[in-house]
Amino acid sequence: MDIELRGITKRFGPVVANSDVNLTIRAGEILGLLGENGAGKTTLMNVLSGLYRPDEGEILIDGKPTRFEGAGDAIRAGIGMVHQHFMLVPVFTVAENVVLGVEPTGRLDHLDIATAREQVRAIGAEHGLVVDPDAIIEEVPVGVQQRVEIIKVLFRSADVLIFDEPTAVLTPQEVEDFFGIIRSLRDAGKALVFITHKLFEILEVADRISVLRGGKIVGEGDPKTATEAELAEMMVGRPVSFTVDKKPAVPRRPMIEVRNLKVMNDRHEVAVNDVSFAVRAGEVVGIAGVQGNGQTELVEALTGLRSAIAGSVVFHDEDITHASARHRHKLGMAHVPEDRQREGLIETFTLAENMVLDSYYDEPYSTGIRMHWPKVETEAARIITDFDVRTSSVFELADHLSGGNQQKLVVAREMSRDIQVLIASQPTRGVDVGSIEYIHKRIIAARDAEVGVLIVSTELDEIRALSDRVLVMYRGRVVAEFDAAAATVAELGLAMAGATA
Amino acid sequence: MSEPGKLDGFSQDLLKRAVSDRFDAEEMILVPLLAVAMALAFGAIVMLATGVSLTAVGQSYVALFTGSLGSINAVSETLTAAAPLTLAALGIALGFRAGLFNIGAEGQVLLGGMAAVVVGFALTDTPAWIHLPLALLAGAIAGAIWAGIAGWLKAATGAHEVITTIMLNLIAMRLVDYLLRNPPVQKPGRADPISQSVLPSAELPRLLSFIDPNLRVHAGILLVIAAVLFVYWLLFRTTTGFEFRAAGSNPDAARYAGMKSGMIIVLVMATAGALAGLAGANQVLGVLGRASPGFSGGAGFDAIAVALLGRSHPVGVLLAGLLFGALQAGGREMQVEAGVSIDLIAIIQALVIVFMAAPTLVRATIPWVFRKEAGR
Repeated sequence: MDIELRGITKRFGPVVANSDVNLTIRAGEILGLLGENGAGKTTLMNVLSGLYRPDEGEILIDGKPTRFEGAGDAIRAGIGMVHQHFMLVPVFTVAENVVLGVEPTGRLDHLDIATAREQVRAIGAEHGLVVDPDAIIEEVPVGVQQRVEIIKVLFRSADVLIFDEPTAVLTPQEVEDFFGIIRSLRDAGKALVFITHKLFEILEVADRISVLRGGKIVGEGDPKTATEAELAEMMVGRPVSFTVDKKPAVPRRPMIEVRNLKVMNDRHEVAVNDVSFAVRAGEVVGIAGVQGNGQTELVEALTGLRSAIAGSVVFHDEDITHASARHRHKLGMAHVPEDRQREGLIETFTLAENMVLDSYYDEPYSTGIRMHWPKVETEAARIITDFDVRTSSVFELADHLSGGNQQKLVVAREMSRDIQVLIASQPTRGVDVGSIEYIHKRIIAARDAEVGVLIVSTELDEIRALSDRVLVMYRGRVVAEFDAAAATVAELGLAMAGATA
Repeated sequence: MSEPGKLDGFSQDLLKRAVSDRFDAEEMILVPLLAVAMALAFGAIVMLATGVSLTAVGQSYVALFTGSLGSINAVSETLTAAAPLTLAALGIALGFRAGLFNIGAEGQVLLGGMAAVVVGFALTDTPAWIHLPLALLAGAIAGAIWAGIAGWLKAATGAHEVITTIMLNLIAMRLVDYLLRNPPVQKPGRADPISQSVLPSAELPRLLSFIDPNLRVHAGILLVIAAVLFVYWLLFRTTTGFEFRAAGSNPDAARYAGMKSGMIIVLVMATAGALAGLAGANQVLGVLGRASPGFSGGAGFDAIAVALLGRSHPVGVLLAGLLFGALQAGGREMQVEAGVSIDLIAIIQALVIVFMAAPTLVRATIPWVFRKEAGR
């Protein structure tokens, strides 16, 4: 099935999200749709999947103009979307989730789960999507949940599959598996749209590339000949540097020393087991590891959000093992949390309010209990300009910002005061190329200003680009340490998988 | 980077308020007005269905208007009825802002009123300028302690505030009954549950007695205005209010930012309780002059609706409180003039709440009035 989008324009009030977009999607082909956050990728796909009606333009399916009145129409036409955030019922089984809404039923509306199970197995076997139909969703890894989403779409007989940032939540190994799956779907004659802002992925897997910027298609690329630099320039509108320019680190005295730290997770299992390391002023220490190997708990223990059951954390010469988050903040510890929307921001607060979320309690933003809002607002305006957060006003609500800008807001807040230690978890998760470059630059600038920096990331490229030293965490322990300049991806990958060097 | 102390042109632009998200004219004014109109329309249908004649329906709505706004006495009655509702609702709204569902205003009103009565009759020979403030303070403190218990239980043990405040309401009701039946609170020589009378030095003075001594509006309405300003200031101008709102909007982010949730919960509940306690004190010191069983008239429960209706904003709560006060005052007139059952008034009030609580219902029923589409 071929689809053509012709002259699609979609406006939200005065904002033009898509402007005169032309795009063709062909059977047996993977179309890579590349664009920064806020470029209009998701809006365009929501138009295609019937969630939005375009203000202008038309959608042609196999040459025939078609109108979708809602998502149901698009599904009936064979267009399926795999969302970035999965729409699964956590306590249901794989088979139950797949058939949800279109259940095979017997007499008296009896749910025929045996048939459902068989159908899931059959679809899985056909496309190499191996899943146990009886597994409970919340008990399987994210990569498997994504397969369930794909099976769900295929179960509804989709010929066109749209993937919105599908690799954002996957580990490197799961990404490889995922690429295998979509290649097999392509070979089976499906039409695929792969939305991302990760350049190397699109070069690896797409057959054709379209680049969206500011709601317009600004270029096309052939993955066989295009380079990352060309695509990035098209996407951002200016040349982008991928390597982080940095001088060799000049480490000084230790800022944070962690000794034999032991931390439990929410399920009362040991998540961080006997971990010791130091972060010195003027160096970036990277913690690599597949998600869920104790990094989250380690960072929470370092920042005072989770208590350690053994061991100690020393800041300069002060033992802060049991100090509050507020006390650590006052000592000059900055923390960019892993999940900006859950912890780093209050989405219903203004940018100005978010800018002082953890520093509101003291001069110059308040005296006693009186807030000095004009002071907060001017400072917020300055920091927002300084860190290039794209917005029209400090009175804008945080949830009106794109993901990348939200992240810049958090990074800006944490780095704009006088800090001694920066602890950043996934500092560029879900952030576009231009902003990644910028955030990386600021982190290295902080290092050069003798801040001790700890970066936790599941993105190996990021760890390697930023770090001076790399520690690898596996099952709660630090299993390897590398000099970042000398370490290869293969070595790091092996250590992340738990192979002892 | 810009120079410290100065902002360049671009930063200056960022300080311009675009359309304020805090105040949406449609949401804050048009929807509530239409909700009232629709509630009245449905109320008319209900009345017709129960056999009330069309003329009586017309008469009753005229009475509703004249009884709430039609004369100086009507306005006085509206304000008198609005005062305790608004005070208690301000406390509940504060809780909503901090993510707490405080059902306990009724108990806090009762105990606040009780404490105010006790101080009101027990302190003899005290000049009014000491006696009245002390009685009000006693009401506020009693309410604060009662609500603080629920706050402390939640902070210390995680007990849900909805459960604890409901239980505390029951305890408060029985406690008040017990006190009213026994000395020293019970009026000497009476067998029925009724308290001693508040001394004149502790009474909230009537404001319009120079026009007509029967106008009941009293100084409590000034207390309401002060409370509205106080809650606005607290929520939007102080670090404490910032913490309340942060904890209510995103508890994880509040914790990340180093705010102490336990402390916030206890503080919010105590402040809410103080406001509800003042509502009780306002009733006994300004209107009733003593306490009897159920003297709150359910104000603590109605206040939940008032807070919801006012969208948990102090100004909204004031307007919603006035509306409810008007419905109460006008409702009495409706009953007297048109002979409509007081239950129907309650039904109309309930309809107003239903339409207000579900703005989409109003938008869906009469979509052509609105600029924006309900969906996309």
